[in-house]
This record gives sequence, structure tokens and C-alpha cells, in this order.
Amino acid sequence: MQAAQAAMLPDGRRLHLHHGPIDLIVEAWGAGREDAYRRAATRFENLLQELVDELPALRRPLVPGAEFQGAVARRMAAAVRPHGDVFVTPMAAVAGAVADEIVSEMAGAEIAKAYVNNGGDAAFHLMPGERTEAALAAEVAGRIVIAADDPHRGLASSGWRGRSHSLGIADAVSVVAETAAAADVAATLIANAIDLPGHAAIRRQPASELAPDSDLGDRLVTVEVGALTAEETAMALARGVGSAEDFLARSLIGGALLTLNRELRLVGAGAPFETEERTLVHA
Amino acid sequence: MMTEVKDGKVRCDACPVMCYIADGKAGACDRYANEGGKIIRCDPLTILDRTLEAGGEVVPFLQSDWDGRVFRGDEVFVTAIGAGTTYPDYKPAPFIVSREVEGADFVTVVSEAIFSYCGAKIKIDTDRHLGAETATVRADGEAVGHVTTGEYGSQMLSLGGVHHLTGGSKKEGRVTCQTLMDLCNKQAVELSIDGGSTVVVEAGRAPIIDGKPEHRMRVGCGSATIGMFASQWKGLVDEVVVVDDHITGVVSEHQAGKVLDWPDTGIDIKGRRSTPGRYFQVADPGLGWGGTDIEDPLVILGEWNPKKGARPGLSVLMVSTTGEQSAYYVLDEALTPVLKEMPRQLEPTVDLIAENCEPALSTVLFMGGAGGSLRSGVTRNPVKLTRSVHDLRTRVSCGGAPAYVWPGGGITIMADVTEMPDNSFGYVPTPAIVAPIEFTLRRDDYKALGGHDGAVRLLADILAEGGEYGDDVRAMAPPLGDVFPHPEED
Repeated sequence: MQAAQAAMLPDGRRLHLHHGPIDLIVEAWGAGREDAYRRAATRFENLLQELVDELPALRRPLVPGAEFQGAVARRMAAAVRPHGDVFVTPMAAVAGAVADEIVSEMAGAEIAKAYVNNGGDAAFHLMPGERTEAALAAEVAGRIVIAADDPHRGLASSGWRGRSHSLGIADAVSVVAETAAAADVAATLIANAIDLPGHAAIRRQPASELAPDSDLGDRLVTVEVGALTAEETAMALARGVGSAEDFLARSLIGGALLTLNRELRLVGAGAPFETEERTLVHA
Repeated sequence: MMTEVKDGKVRCDACPVMCYIADGKAGACDRYANEGGKIIRCDPLTILDRTLEAGGEVVPFLQSDWDGRVFRGDEVFVTAIGAGTTYPDYKPAPFIVSREVEGADFVTVVSEAIFSYCGAKIKIDTDRHLGAETATVRADGEAVGHVTTGEYGSQMLSLGGVHHLTGGSKKEGRVTCQTLMDLCNKQAVELSIDGGSTVVVEAGRAPIIDGKPEHRMRVGCGSATIGMFASQWKGLVDEVVVVDDHITGVVSEHQAGKVLDWPDTGIDIKGRRSTPGRYFQVADPGLGWGGTDIEDPLVILGEWNPKKGARPGLSVLMVSTTGEQSAYYVLDEALTPVLKEMPRQLEPTVDLIAENCEPALSTVLFMGGAGGSLRSGVTRNPVKLTRSVHDLRTRVSCGGAPAYVWPGGGITIMADVTEMPDNSFGYVPTPAIVAPIEFTLRRDDYKALGGHDGAVRLLADILAEGGEYGDDVRAMAPPLGDVFPHPEED
């Protein structure tokens, strides 16, 4: 079995942490960078094993009173706890929670700014006066700018084409939240909500057929989305907007950008999204 | 790798997650997959092994079960498939392999290169009109290329290129990338042409045009068909018309008929006469007879002229350039052609046309330009590599398939994807295509052009240890047999 690997990328600036399904790209600025990278790599070494130790429980919806041992597992549970009204397991927060854990390990006085990018789900550390920019990996080009006085330190995206299976048909849902774990869960649930149940152009397959271990079990996940009319696109997006507005009202997220068929919806007037499309519709 | 099986699923133990993986699927990491009950690395370094019979099983080539056989350099060729990439090539390419070929010490530099400037040239053997030149070719509704100039017996498409990959919308780029990858990986792809047909293209297979599989390439244009078969028709029939969208031929007027003293028949062909017995534009292009739009061949005929030889009882064979369509007529008292059963003695002449047609295929050539950073993975002095390639001292191959190098500047290559192992191509989200590329040259030449000689490793060492992207190696037979690239022996 392969052990966790840590290597500097060829550019000499960024650290690559890899173990099994986890690939993290890490970058830090400041005098303490080397130390921070060492702390990140040390923390990463046993991180996957800690998750695996509690994996069966993490793949099930939370049961009241459940306690997790690992720090990452506790972050995952905390992120899904406010969403008790829908089907979700702590696994919906795994990518974000890993990013949060590593970035918190790196944070310190000698680090002005740092990020951990876990396959598009990212956690940031920003000292006063610092800001970070992320490019949006969506159908519509755009970016997200987060400044230190902004409360958001997490960014995550979800969509049916992504690595995780989705119950919905969103091309991409990007969410900012206080933590990457919170953003990860919210993006997953908003992307699930963007859907047209029973539509003939949407092909679905039980998640268990695609990945026997999936936390989604036999639930149908989207494997193909055919042509949709403008009305259908708007209808599906409206469902996602409803879910995102609910999360915003409950302060679970700072904002969300939803895309389907090159149509966009932005939820959260103060959200730090900038897109190239001038026709941006504020839902 | 140790694996255990449960309900047809295989448990992978590459990492602590220990995923159960269904057949044909990948684990959570997308790096390891279940192929027929065995865990394989999705992108193993591929070694073409001449000692394995073509079509033989692809065996995982792991250090632990390597039988210790020492490969001779001319038996195996390390391809770039699964070699990984060092893009943007700040350091030497992943594998710089030293192997011995017939006593000389050769170096093969292998890398999976990221091509932003790349595409596929598609040749579709058919005379059917698929769409106008420059018409947009679409996949999944997105523009991925265009119809380019047709060739003899084939329609040509030019797909991909940097404008579709990165110059349009994100979806256009993603669909173009997927289309190129699928075509180059020898998978079937449905393409629709604006104002024209829908065609399913799969490298090395017959094209399917508007739902109908194409069987044959035409034996030649209508005029060439007359030239080839005129003597076989002499004495069996009074007139032969070979219907073709390009040049329709008429035996009584054609030079090939004249040398046989073929009598005039008073026939009149609607079309633009080129030279005697050869007519352009008898109909519009289409999916009917000989690549025209006609289903009834009589529509291309005018009045029969009795002053020039037309008479009741005169027999006429009309046939297409592939022999797929044919009909036999006899003029009645009013000099109107009446459809009759084909006389038995004429049937072999129609069959002969069909027999002389080659099977219609779609062929896919990958085309790309190896840019600056890729070359610097090979040598510290990139322009010397370009010169060495153009001097034929360095041979370029893609997944072991010999690549044609275009003259002129740069290293612009074309390679036939059917000569490469299956699924040789990948992509990065840029979007751009990841293709294997190998440079093979003599080791002394490699040193002379400023190669990373310190990074050269012996073949046996790579087989035993692998590279930095994992130690998984698979061995397979070259898809088309003996295709190993060798530099000139001068």
C-alpha cells in the first residue's frame, strides 16, 4: 500500500500532497513558508487513515449524539449538522474539510496568506490586508475575490460532471462560506436541487453501480444531460436558487453562483463573484 | 497488487480507502480501475513488446511479477503512454530511455505532451455528399471543425484546432476536446454537418452516413469506370452509362468506346459535357446513385435521337461507380426506356465493379505541434532537436506509431491512431489533448544536441523501477505489428 506523498511542484513554489484519492495543491506566502509546508505535510501523513478508520459512519447520515474521533471527521459532521432536513452524509463535506484542516495547520503569524486547493474545493488563510483570487471553473468565465475583512474562508464547487456523483443536473454550483467544509456541503445540496425529475433527456444510474462504496447507495445519480429548453433550464435553476436562498437566510453560506446551460444565477448580493457576463441575473 | 473479490467487485489496496471497484470502473482516486477483474493503473507506462503476439492480452507489468527477462532493445519500445508529463517541461522528460538496437546505443525520450495546437484529420471513404466545403462540423451541437477539400473517393474533415479548443465558449472547448480524444482513442463519434449529413466516424471502421453504413469506395469516377470495363460490355449491351456525381461516363461517346468501334446510340445526357463521353453535374450531390441525389437514373437522360442511332430494342445498362445501384432498360417503339430484368450475362460486369471497390473506412490522423517547452524536456537547446528531426537523425513517434513530420519550421506531426495502443490519448481541463510522443535518436547524437544525458536510464532499470509517476508498467504487442521507429543507420 502506498504511503502519503509530499513533493514540491516543478515551479518550486507550491506543495503537492497526495494520498489515494486526495490531491492537494498548497501554497503559502510569508517568512514561515517552509515551516508551514512541513507542518502541512506532517499533518497530512496520517490524515487519510484517520478518515478511513471512521469511514462507515461517515458514509451514513448523522445519527443524533454521534461522536467522531478525527478532527477532519468532526469538521465534516459539523458541516452537515445544519442540514438535517435532507438526505446528506458527512462525505459531502470531505474535500472541504480536508482543505480546512490543512490550512488551519499552516496558519500562523509568519504566514501572510495561504490556500489549500483540494480538487477545486479550497480553504484560505488571510492575514489583515491580504486578499485572494480564484478563477471559476464554470461554463461562464469569472473569478472570486476574497479579502481578509470578508468572513469567508472556504470555496467549493459541485456539478454532475465533477468527480463526485450528483443527484442534480447543474453544470456547476460555486459557493463561498466561512469554511470550505460548509461550502462543500452547500454546493452539493444546491447542485442536487437543480433538477428536472422525470425529464426524458436526463439519464440516471444508481450510484452503487458506478461506485459500490458510494455514500449515495442506490440513489439515482446523473450520468447524462441532453438538450433542455430555456424554460426547463430556468425551472431547474429556480429550484437551486430556492435552496441557496434558504442557506443564505440561515447564514450557512455567503453566496452562490449557479450555472446550467450557460444560464447563470447569483444568490447573495454581497457575494464576491465577478463574471465576464454582463447579463448576470441576480435571482 | 493484492486484491480480493466480492460480488464481482474487486477491492483495491493501493491506498487505505480500499475501494470496492466494479468491472470497468475506476476507484475514488480515478487512478486505479477494475479491468476484467484485475486492478490496473488507469495510465500505466506502456511498453510495446514485439515478442507478444498482436492482439494478445495486455498484461500488467509489475516489478514483482517480472520474470527477470532481459529485453533486447529491438524487441521492446517504451512508449510515452502513461509516462506522465513534465509540462511545462522545466526538467527532463519523464523517461529518457537508453536501449541497444543492433549494437548501436539509442536513446528514446518519452513524454505525454500537452497539445493546445492539435486536431484530427478525418478521411471518410464515400462519394456521398456529406456537406459543402467549409461547412461547420458539430458534435453535441458545438462547432468542432469543418468540411475541408475532398480527396479521390473520400470526404475530408478537419477537426479541433486551437480556435475550437480555447477560442470559443467553454462548452465548445470541452466538447471539442472530448471529440478529439474519443476519435483518437478509436471510439465511435457522431458528427453532424451544417446543411449536410450526420456521420458516425470510428477509426478503422466503415462510416455510418445518415444511419446507413457505407460499404464500398467507388472503383473510380464514372469516366474511369468506363475506361476500365468498356471491353467487358462490348457485345453484351448497346449503351452503358456510369452515373457519378463527379464525372458521369457514357461508353458510346467515350474514348474507350471509340477505340472499340462502339456504335452511336443517339443518347442525350443532361449535364455539362467535359470531353466526349464525360459529363459533369448531371445532378446535385446527395445520397443516391453514385453520390448524386437521384434515385431514378432516367432523370439524367434527355430525348433519344433516332438520327444518331436510337432505335426500338436498343439496350442500356445504367450503373453507379460502386455497382451498388444498377438497372437495365430497352427502348420501346416510342424510344422510351422501359425497365427490364438484367440479362444474366451482364450481371458479372456489375459484380466486377463492386468487387474492385475497396471497403469504405473512416481514418483518423492525429495532428499536433510539439512546442517550445516540450522540446526543452528533451534537450537544453530546443532548436537543435527541431533540426535533428528534420535531418531524420531523430525519429518521432506517437505511442510507438511512426509520425509524419511536416517540412518547414517546428515539429508538426501526424500519426495514424489505429497504429497506437487503445486509449493512448487523454486531456487536461485547459482544455488540451494529452498525447504520447517519443523521440528516438543515437545516443552520441543526443549528447551532441545538448540532451539531458545525465537523465538517461537503461531500459531494464525503467522496467524494474518505473518513473516518478509510479512504477506500473504494462507490456503489449504493437497494434499493427512491426512499427518500431528506428533512426537512420547512416
